Amino acid sequence: MSPTISCNSVYKIFGNNANKLLVDSNGSVDAKKFQEAGCIVGVNNASFDVDKGEMLVVMGLSGSGKSTLLRCISRLTDATAGKILIDGEDICLMNNKQLVELRREKMGMVFQNFALLPHKTVIENIAFPLQVKGISTENSMYKALEMVELVGLKGRENYFPRELSGGQQQRVGIARSLAVEPDIWFLDEPFSALDPLIRKEMQDEFLRLQGVLNKTIMFVTHDFDEALRLADRIAIMKDGIIEQLDTPGNIVLNPATDYVKKFTEDVPREKVLKIESIMDPQDPNGSSSIAVSKDDIIEKVAEQILNSKEIINVTNPKDNSVVGSINPAKVIKVLFGG
Amino acid sequence: MDKNYIEIIKNSKPAQFGLLLILFLILYNFIPQNDSNYLWRLPSLLKGIPLWINNVIFNALYEWFPLKVWDPVFEMYEEKAAFREFTKAVSQGLLFLITFVREIILGGDKIIDVFVSDSWLKENDWLTWPALPWTATTVGAFLLGYKLNGLRLGLLGGIGALYVSVFGNYVPSIQTLSFVLITTPICFVLGLSFGIWGYLDKKVETALQPVLNVMQTMPQFAYLVPIIALFGLGDHAGSIATIIIATPPMIRNTILGLKRISPEVVEAGLMSGCTKSQLLFQVLIPTARRDILNGVNTVIMQCLAMVVIASFVGAKGLGLNLKIALNSLKIGKAAEAGLCIVIIAVILDRFTKAWANKQKDYFANLTFIQRHKFLIIFAFSVLIFSIVAFIANGYFDKINYLYIIPIEKGLTIAHYIDGAVDWVWETFFYSLNSFNKFLLTQVLGPMKHAYLGMPVVATFTLAMGAAYIVGNIRTALIVGGMLLFIALSEYWDRALITMYMGSFAVIMASLNGIILGSIFGRTERGSQILLSICDFFETFPSFVYLIPVIFLFNITDTSVLIAAIVYATVPATRYTVWGMKSVPLSLHEAGTMSGVSPLQRWTNIEIPIAFPTVMLGVNQTVVFSLQMVILGALIGTEDLGQIIFGALSRTKDGAGVALTLGVFVSLIAISVDVIVRNWAEERKKALGLN
Repeated sequence: MSPTISCNSVYKIFGNNANKLLVDSNGSVDAKKFQEAGCIVGVNNASFDVDKGEMLVVMGLSGSGKSTLLRCISRLTDATAGKILIDGEDICLMNNKQLVELRREKMGMVFQNFALLPHKTVIENIAFPLQVKGISTENSMYKALEMVELVGLKGRENYFPRELSGGQQQRVGIARSLAVEPDIWFLDEPFSALDPLIRKEMQDEFLRLQGVLNKTIMFVTHDFDEALRLADRIAIMKDGIIEQLDTPGNIVLNPATDYVKKFTEDVPREKVLKIESIMDPQDPNGSSSIAVSKDDIIEKVAEQILNSKEIINVTNPKDNSVVGSINPAKVIKVLFGG
Repeated sequence: MDKNYIEIIKNSKPAQFGLLLILFLILYNFIPQNDSNYLWRLPSLLKGIPLWINNVIFNALYEWFPLKVWDPVFEMYEEKAAFREFTKAVSQGLLFLITFVREIILGGDKIIDVFVSDSWLKENDWLTWPALPWTATTVGAFLLGYKLNGLRLGLLGGIGALYVSVFGNYVPSIQTLSFVLITTPICFVLGLSFGIWGYLDKKVETALQPVLNVMQTMPQFAYLVPIIALFGLGDHAGSIATIIIATPPMIRNTILGLKRISPEVVEAGLMSGCTKSQLLFQVLIPTARRDILNGVNTVIMQCLAMVVIASFVGAKGLGLNLKIALNSLKIGKAAEAGLCIVIIAVILDRFTKAWANKQKDYFANLTFIQRHKFLIIFAFSVLIFSIVAFIANGYFDKINYLYIIPIEKGLTIAHYIDGAVDWVWETFFYSLNSFNKFLLTQVLGPMKHAYLGMPVVATFTLAMGAAYIVGNIRTALIVGGMLLFIALSEYWDRALITMYMGSFAVIMASLNGIILGSIFGRTERGSQILLSICDFFETFPSFVYLIPVIFLFNITDTSVLIAAIVYATVPATRYTVWGMKSVPLSLHEAGTMSGVSPLQRWTNIEIPIAFPTVMLGVNQTVVFSLQMVILGALIGTEDLGQIIFGALSRTKDGAGVALTLGVFVSLIAISVDVIVRNWAEERKKALGLN
């Protein structure tokens, strides 16, 4: 099966003679040289795939090009060079009509500062993508009401955005982006403008929604903890370059560059690593009454393992077969270092 | 000179200004006042411009692009210029629309006349549309307000209409209203279209800026004569004059509003799958609606501010009544008409705001009667009050008070106002008069004399030098170029008088505004009160300010200047309050913890931070002052305004003179604007504000 999103050597360079410079550079773009020539490199040679139902989190500090990359893929800006395939079709070659069609059918996007239309109520905002599509007012309102319930805003459908808290506004933003039932869901730092407690709550809400909806997601954030919490895979960006693209566990265990290492150093490993990464190959002698899944996060099951007197089996949650065993000493090592 | 001194002058603006002033004074005192000396006055090389403009207008109207037009009266083809046919069509179209709205409420047979022959109309007396009784109109105003935003707005509309009717101003008020109801939408559509165009195309915006600058700074009078020449006299001419003046702020507000939209909202629209037109009409314009609505408010206010001026070119209504009352110094009558204009302004302002904020209920299931209940009640009240008015016809002889109350039979408080005015006049005559005399002989006279005694080279040195110090060589050349245009005409002395009055008003108004704003802007409550007072004063059309001053200080420069100062204090105050509010709280706290005294706080913290904003206010003050100074020609001054105003009586060849002098006034305003804006920008940069 082909990936839902596929990027191949995508470049985005801001500036007047960006195209000419890019051709001259023959693919090896040096940000400093470009800056001297009056150009700013936004995205530098990004290549990756996102599979159906997968959540890719793009993490980077401000100015790293993460939002630019997202905008290239949604074609809110045109990439300077490279191929971007959505379900096998190159969106860089699409004309305006095809693009509008694609966004109406397949894409939804959530924005950092909510980007709600101030003159429309909650329900009108959510129904907006349906109405521009040409769906009748009655049907789109009905559908929007469903979305209001999905994001837990029932009873507030006639409020204006200005009457809602930040968290509630972002719920509206989420509902609007989901109204057309898109396959691909873009989220551009959706929780960055929220207070820490609300942010946590919204992340939980987001995971719940994704559990129900199973969309293909590109999620942009500058918060490494958020990335670890949510991602199937993380792409870490710096100066337009993807420094490392891997699962959270692998990034924490094997940071590819010094830059990535700076983020992973202080991360409590038990909160990121799965049992799988510290289990021993199956021990034929040990047959225990309790077992943990190989996909469990260590922190979650640590107490259970340390309290147990015997060696614990690790199972594959798919078929409940025993795939290995866990040694409490290793859990202690992860928890307390050494 | 010591190298050290050069360094000091290079780095210190005050030192540069000091040097400039010394240079100016030397030139001022040592250049002989001799008409053959070009350093004293430049030759009027550009004398021919007004005539040239007149020729262009004449040629456009009678010579260019002749068309064969069928004349139904003489039954033959006649040669007529295309442009003339165009202006005729525009005039007739506008006049038809205004008359149409007017006759719906006031009745008449002019619209019917358009559709049937004259003779047939004369034979059939019954063929006339009846007027709506004022009672029905009042109920209508109440219902509309109630439907838009509840009881309070309903009462505002109802009581406003009641006042207007009972005081006998029903007919002129509706005449003015019909004028506004046609002119405002035209300004709105034009302003919105040009604004959108400017937003979408950077080049268009760049081209629009200077045109808008000139349009907004040109005195309203200057447009009148060319309009008479092109479109003739009548309500339509007043409407066109108003459109020219009220559209630029609409364009500016539209561009400003669209530019202020956060890029995320545009992206959200695109990601929702909007096409270009959906993005424009469903995302961009509604999101910018606050600024666009501000534009609409400005348009309405400008329309009402123009009603008196429009009456000079034949617009009927309250403006005409006010003009007549002012001419015969009937302060009470003028005040009543002025109050009606203010009432209409306030009602229209609130109604449009409420209309724009109205929201829909999607899940309500209403029957036809529920949905249209207000319309049905209105229809019933029209029916009932018409019947009442018809029956009442029998009771009243001559005047039917339940139909239309004519102006001479309405309630009036004019004689109380006149009485109060007389009392003030009699009580304070000596003190007012001596104040007036003191001001004229001790301050204004010498000041005027000093301005007129300024050699042209000294004026240029001062203006261009200041422009160079706050900007660069380019700024200096722009300012110099604009002034040169005036200096090469035969009206330089008149322009100097305008400058003297303008600068006096600007200085006084700015001082007032900055002091008021600084005192009240310190507290939240104080600034709220002051800003709402500013709102209140801004509702008055500019000429209203002339009413009290004429009677207090007669027809002198003092009257005009006091009106100008009061009028122009409003923007200076407003911007000062905004500037004071822009001082961050943390800076105040830092000041407090450093132990500043109130005065130190003002000079060291508030004024420096607020300065760029205050300067923008001063900019507005310049425009407001010049408008009022030129308007002063209404009551007689001897500056550029007088000639512009005088051009009204020579309708054919006055067009060129009025336009040229109008542009001169606008050039003066823009020169000051260039200098002040550069200064404000530079301060902003220095403070790191954006």
